[in-house]
Amino acid sequence: MENRENRMEQESMTLTMDSLSKNEEFARVAVAVFASRLDPTLEELDDIKTAVSEAVTNAVIHGYQNGEGTIEICARAQADGLFTVTVKDTGIGIADIKKAMEPMFTTAPEGERSGMGFSFMEAFMDQVEVVSAPGKGTAVTMKKKIGR
Amino acid sequence: MEEPFIYEAKEQTLIIHLPKELDHHNCRNLKYETDLLLAENYITRLVFDFSDTCFMDSSGIGILLNRYKQIRAGGGEACFYGAGQQVLRVLKVAGILGLMKRYETREEALCG
Repeated sequence: MENRENRMEQESMTLTMDSLSKNEEFARVAVAVFASRLDPTLEELDDIKTAVSEAVTNAVIHGYQNGEGTIEICARAQADGLFTVTVKDTGIGIADIKKAMEPMFTTAPEGERSGMGFSFMEAFMDQVEVVSAPGKGTAVTMKKKIGR
Repeated sequence: MEEPFIYEAKEQTLIIHLPKELDHHNCRNLKYETDLLLAENYITRLVFDFSDTCFMDSSGIGILLNRYKQIRAGGGEACFYGAGQQVLRVLKVAGILGLMKRYETREEALCG
């Protein structure tokens, strides 16, 4: 019998979790373990971990303002090496996405935030797309080609 | 479970031993604790120890930058040692390598 798993063009996973700061580590590790099936280098894996950590932290701090909520993470690994991960919340959303993505911009300058979250996602992934609507939530989709 | 930060003071130097995972979750107490230590002791040099750290994101950078500004405002300086691959990459992207001196070992960092 032919092994179906060897012929798959793409594989995917979805993870739904509570918006908690301790889940930031859980999320980046879970996504990294899933991504490891594309046989990435250690550096590529670190990049994915860092980018996912940034997106999930944003959902916890900004999307849900450290309050209750659910974060959904969908990841897809394609046979051609393209890795896609989406981090979605149904929190307060972003009114001005362009401004939010400016390096060093932060809505909490008095805090300890560096304002580098989106810059990090862009630096460590090949492509970052943000879809957001005030009151509805935010979805950040990031892509990276593994093994080039 | 949250890892505690370990601090070590040597004369005017404060060494901060950073946790395994330096993210938003694990950074929450660092501000309060270092503020207290900097207020109570005469510190002119901050040394960050990354020896145990496998992961850092921009939340860690926020912490480092704020401590850096604090110590510089008083005329002091900051440096780090023991940074691994992932930490170094993040420090580089954030532009920290241009601000803080990098050392390989604790001895080098303490000698300046």
